[in-house]
Amino acid sequence: MIHKRSRWVIAMLCFGLAFLYVPIFLLILYSFNHSKLVPIWGGFSTRWYTVLFESPEVWEAVMLSLRIALINATFATLLGTLAALAMVRFGRFKGRTLFSGMISAPLVMPEVITGLSLLLLFITLADIIGWPGARGFTTITIAHITFSMAYVAVIIQSRLIGMDQSIEEAAQDLGAKPLRVLWDITLPILAPGMLAGWLLAFTLSLDDLVIASFVTGPGSNTLPILIFSRIKLGLKPDINALATLIILTVSIGVLLAAWLMWRQEKQRMQDRKMASRTDH
Amino acid sequence: MKPSTVPASTPSLRQSSGRYLQTKWKGLIIAVPYLWLVLFFLIPFFIVIKISLAESIIASPPFSSLLNWTEDGALQLSLLFDNYAYLWEDELYYKTYLNSIKVAFICTLICLFIGYPMAYGIVRATPTQRNILLILVILPFWTSFLLRVYAWMGILADQGTLNNLLIWFGLIDEPIRMLYTPFAVYLGIIYSYLPFMILPLYANIEKLDMNLLEAAAALGAKPLITFLTVTLPMTLPGIIAGSLLVFIPATGEYVIPDLLGGGNSFMIGKLLYSEFNNNHDWPVAAAVAVALLILLVLPMMLYQNVQARQVGVKT
Repeated sequence: MIHKRSRWVIAMLCFGLAFLYVPIFLLILYSFNHSKLVPIWGGFSTRWYTVLFESPEVWEAVMLSLRIALINATFATLLGTLAALAMVRFGRFKGRTLFSGMISAPLVMPEVITGLSLLLLFITLADIIGWPGARGFTTITIAHITFSMAYVAVIIQSRLIGMDQSIEEAAQDLGAKPLRVLWDITLPILAPGMLAGWLLAFTLSLDDLVIASFVTGPGSNTLPILIFSRIKLGLKPDINALATLIILTVSIGVLLAAWLMWRQEKQRMQDRKMASRTDH
Repeated sequence: MKPSTVPASTPSLRQSSGRYLQTKWKGLIIAVPYLWLVLFFLIPFFIVIKISLAESIIASPPFSSLLNWTEDGALQLSLLFDNYAYLWEDELYYKTYLNSIKVAFICTLICLFIGYPMAYGIVRATPTQRNILLILVILPFWTSFLLRVYAWMGILADQGTLNNLLIWFGLIDEPIRMLYTPFAVYLGIIYSYLPFMILPLYANIEKLDMNLLEAAAALGAKPLITFLTVTLPMTLPGIIAGSLLVFIPATGEYVIPDLLGGGNSFMIGKLLYSEFNNNHDWPVAAAVAVALLILLVLPMMLYQNVQARQVGVKT
């Protein structure tokens, strides 16, 4: 009976993975299609990559998206780490309930609401204090930081909760100043979480269409905004080429990160084994 | 599930926690993210509420002011609940809300049905296989959401892969219309949110004590009975977490109904977007946003509750 059930589980697993990956493979396949009509095979060709590389619009959008993603990831990691420290380390403080609500709400907030409310804020602010004058890079970055920091905070919080605090206390008992403890003990332990948070914030920003299209202004097209406006009316083979490049870059990044993590884990296991051997 | 471990570890963690940061840094660490969130999360939210109570006018910005000076010099506050009444009276909004919930609910169920055995299969695999499978599930989550939806446009189009395949097999003579139908919207949502269902389920099933299943089997329970009485109740937190992670964003989804559903798909996220950007009716769009938020506050609180409990179990 157990055998029969596991066979069903394996079948579902294969079906599920095929469901997840077949569309992505087809997307890549059609990027090498010579035909202008995406799903009709017209022979192998890389002409759509040429078309893509010759489009200045695409490069502008890529550069804008990357700039926003970089600044967003850095600030979101900073603010998210501070928020997580505040949530986990300070127990009760005035306004904690509101703070915990605000830091977790963006995770479940529909994007259309986040986008709408931030746009209305920017318009109101421009009315009152004259800033932001033009919407684009700055407003998109602020919007992205606001929702990305919530994701970073979740990652850092779980890391802080699982962290052994006796090391910090030991350092403090041995006379280390608070800033020294933070720099030498807490931050190195949080570093992998912060890196994961940074990468997540970076990807969330690169991926966001809805919030960016609310808070952007004329002339500032991020990559998702550009792609969306092109595919709105149907299939575009050069978008397939762009998609292939994006998917390959991301996949290589994720696989590399997974491999590094796996190696680190193996090293740690080995260290532990060595340590337990010397104990006996 | 293991209440005895929670109270033992939590208070000690609280008391000794971060004492070295409790000094002069405490204020700064709290204040910086706090101010950011108040300015860019809380205040915008109040602006939305304010505008939802205003009247739509043809001006820039296109809504009336709530505070007005009357002729005899008194300050008058005029709150209009017309926009909310309009949402309630106009069939379009009412039906769109219900339709969004229906679509999100059905998609959540199907994601659960596909995701549960997948998560179970990943837990049961050997450690090496498990890592590979996990990466395979996480990878689509990191690649562009928009492009994965676009991939389905190529599959479902009249001249698309699926229709070509069906014609080639001789199953149909004429292409079936699949793109720009509700079916495409369901498919797109299930496809996009499946990883969100699998990951919390995996985290939960992984903690399941396999001895319990063996004990149940040894005591003569059939696999189905074991599943229903042991496995399912014990993985309920994962089921709830995964379901909310699918249901809540799916309800407010904009991109999928817009790209795959075409003109005749009615979902609340899309309605809000077009009300604001195409009709320029800001007050009604704001009212839609507030109503949607109220609709989602309950599951949101439920989700946080579940999550807090899970974090408690983990420590």
